[in-house]
Amino acid sequence: MTALASTQSPSRAAAVQKIVSPGGIEAWLVEDYAVPIVALEFAFKGGASQDPIGKPGVATLLAGMLDEGAGPYDAEAFHRALDEDAIELSFSADRDLVSGRMQTLARNIARAFELLQLAVGKARLDSEPFERVIGQISASLKREVNDPDHVAARTFRSVAYANHPYGLPVRGDLATLPTLTRANLTDMRARVFARDTLKIAAVGAIDAATLAARLDDVFGALPAKSDLDPIAPIAFSGEGARHVVRIDVPQSAIRFGRQGIARADPDIIPAIVVNHVLGGGVFSARLFREVREKRGLAYSVWSHLTTFDHAAMLSGGTSTKNERAAESMAVIEGEIASLSESGPTEEELDKAKKYLIGSYALRFDTSTKIVAQLVHLQTEGYGVDYLDERNRLIAAVTMDDAKRAARRIFGDGKLLVAVAGRPEGM
Amino acid sequence: MKAMDRMLPGQAASGPRACALTPSAQPSAKPAGPPVAQAKLANGLEIVVIADHRAPVVTHMVWYRNGSADDPLGKSGIAHFLEHLMFKGTKANPQGKFSELIADVGGQENAFTSNDYTAYFQRVAKDHLRVCMEYEADRMTNLVLSDEVVAPERDVVLEERRMRTDSDPSDQLNEAVQAALFTQHPYGRPIIGWNHEIEGLDRNDALAYYHRFYTPENAILVIAGDVDAAAVIELAGEIYGAIPARGEAPKRSRPREPEPRAHRLVTLADEKVEQPSHQSVFLAPSYRTAEPGEAEALEVLAHLLGGGPTSLLFKTLVMNDKIAVGAGAHYQGASVDDTRFYVFAVPAPGVSLERLDAAIGEIIAGVAAHGVDEADFKRAKTRLVADAIYAQDNQATLARWYGASLAVGLSIEDVAHWPERIEAVTADDVKRAARWLDKRRSVTGFLLPAEPSARTPPAQDAADAIIAC
Repeated sequence: MTALASTQSPSRAAAVQKIVSPGGIEAWLVEDYAVPIVALEFAFKGGASQDPIGKPGVATLLAGMLDEGAGPYDAEAFHRALDEDAIELSFSADRDLVSGRMQTLARNIARAFELLQLAVGKARLDSEPFERVIGQISASLKREVNDPDHVAARTFRSVAYANHPYGLPVRGDLATLPTLTRANLTDMRARVFARDTLKIAAVGAIDAATLAARLDDVFGALPAKSDLDPIAPIAFSGEGARHVVRIDVPQSAIRFGRQGIARADPDIIPAIVVNHVLGGGVFSARLFREVREKRGLAYSVWSHLTTFDHAAMLSGGTSTKNERAAESMAVIEGEIASLSESGPTEEELDKAKKYLIGSYALRFDTSTKIVAQLVHLQTEGYGVDYLDERNRLIAAVTMDDAKRAARRIFGDGKLLVAVAGRPEGM
Repeated sequence: MKAMDRMLPGQAASGPRACALTPSAQPSAKPAGPPVAQAKLANGLEIVVIADHRAPVVTHMVWYRNGSADDPLGKSGIAHFLEHLMFKGTKANPQGKFSELIADVGGQENAFTSNDYTAYFQRVAKDHLRVCMEYEADRMTNLVLSDEVVAPERDVVLEERRMRTDSDPSDQLNEAVQAALFTQHPYGRPIIGWNHEIEGLDRNDALAYYHRFYTPENAILVIAGDVDAAAVIELAGEIYGAIPARGEAPKRSRPREPEPRAHRLVTLADEKVEQPSHQSVFLAPSYRTAEPGEAEALEVLAHLLGGGPTSLLFKTLVMNDKIAVGAGAHYQGASVDDTRFYVFAVPAPGVSLERLDAAIGEIIAGVAAHGVDEADFKRAKTRLVADAIYAQDNQATLARWYGASLAVGLSIEDVAHWPERIEAVTADDVKRAARWLDKRRSVTGFLLPAEPSARTPPAQDAADAIIAC
């Protein structure tokens, strides 16, 4: 872990062992015995974008059902088994992936992998937990129905990716959740849980040989090939449009965004740097300074570049009292226009690069953060050497690169804006 | 405000050493877990150093033993407002200078306010520890505030409140429940403050509060990461030790909550609510105010009752009776004064909150009368003790755990030996602890959808908090 989190540069990649199990399962391992625990994370390609037409939420429901009974254990017995040895196991789905995470005390490694194997290979998907988990997801969706931030985000997403799986809610919607069936889950599992897209990382008190053997136990019996529906690439739509959803609250929640840059695009790194200047997570970002610090318009304001497997967007958000919502949006649009036209200043560029380089180490200071990073790199198609390459790429960004990327991501400055509240003048 | 002209960054080393380390830094006796060293400077500043050599990163925190419960009457929100204003700079470090410096090295910084404490932190590569210390030491006494920076920041806090509370009926109910539970003690006031009181807070309020509480005697320095304890304590002595002592720590003066005798039901119905929910909050002793072993028993009880899918509430209400879709419990033990034990549940469609409330009452009464299942009891303890091991994976978590514990008046030993004390809890202790969950000690909160006929147009009036006994 020491080398992985290093701040100035012995190789991070050198701390990672690439292992291949006897059965051909590959994983990235960082062996570290300082704390007697093991963290493991893995992901399959698939996720909510594979939900059947008219039935959003299947991938999320499947993920939620994996620890609700498996092999000889019903849901209650399975949870009890995890609890008895303080083993943490959880699964989730996002648009492009179904992921699992396990954490165990070193003394319970064998049991932890045994339970993981059952969850991955033999989840029972019984009817008792099925109805219950649907009820839990419904309750969480109901809680968000009139929450301004969720309303703005839902509206934003459905306009930006209209008529595409990315425009649908990952956790499903209240109207169609009751129509989901066990067959939807078994079908999703059969298509998604396969070795060809599987990416794995482990950190902690475990050696390569032990890990390799356990990985064969857990994943060895899965089909070699997944069977995913092709997803069409989708461009961001709605730039220049404003959608206001009236909710009776004193503050307007705002989401804004436009087309971003694909992760394979050569300008992705300069674009990340430029976005950091606009709305990255530091007190010196332009949006923070102009919207919050100078004008007191909002508590939170941010922007982010997101890359999906088949789309890319620049998005941001804030929450401002209704009377000043239009003013906030004008300030945000002004900063975007200025960056598009003139790019960052030399000082801004320099500082953004320094921050992004220096802060990389903080992504590697706990086992769970490291496994998440290592799986993320693999699912995005990077090799181990990217751990060292990444900061060099950022250091190499020139003012020309930054200006070019700024023009590309901010363009004519037109934004899709979704607002929930009672904004005045919008 | 005492002059601190010796504390300019870069010059601190030349200042007189006002520090004597007492006692010499010794790792506390602890069976497992990270080595923890402790020291106290002559000016009263307490120091805790937690070693984590896995990554060359350090977490630097300064905790002050004052939080929202110490807000003067009529000035609710001042602790939190000052936390925001602490980023407005000093003479030596004008606004933004330190934040830029931290950003330049890829560090993270922030702060948070709770009922009992306020804390500031940076997470940086270990080489940058000194500059963090110099800055925190500087702003402990040299904060500069002008009306020009105070006014927009007050707007920021009001937006923060609009975001967290004024747009969210469930948070408005939480506020009303706390206010009903604490009739006398300031835990009943929201950390962020009441709207009308925040609006009245100004520069003078902030500075008066600052001068009262931001002193070395009232502060705890917590450093976790890839550092040598002796060297760090020496460095802290050089930098923080130069701050003159004020004499003694400020006193917290809080009226004690009287023994509760009447159950209270707080109902909030709002047209924005689609999913009803239930909570009961019981007045219970904290780690500070409880008899020996009692808080630990409450901790085990909370886990048994509502710690995840194997807990009694979840099994009974969600899995067996199917009258809830979620249920849990939580004991907020790390508090200076008597504190809260939470029980909450989300009803299944068509189930009334009254029915859910009755079922919860039966489960609690069952534990108080008959105790708990031996296997459940053992599992709960295993789980809690394991949490202490998992916490070692995250230096920031450890720093927060130690910092919060010391800030509420517990000792390093209390934290280090917590797993053993949990191990020592008996099933009888848990049964006895359930007596705190007497309905008369509690406030129940019902969050409900508004009846369509009762809808009122303006947002502020839509949330209608009713207190009934």
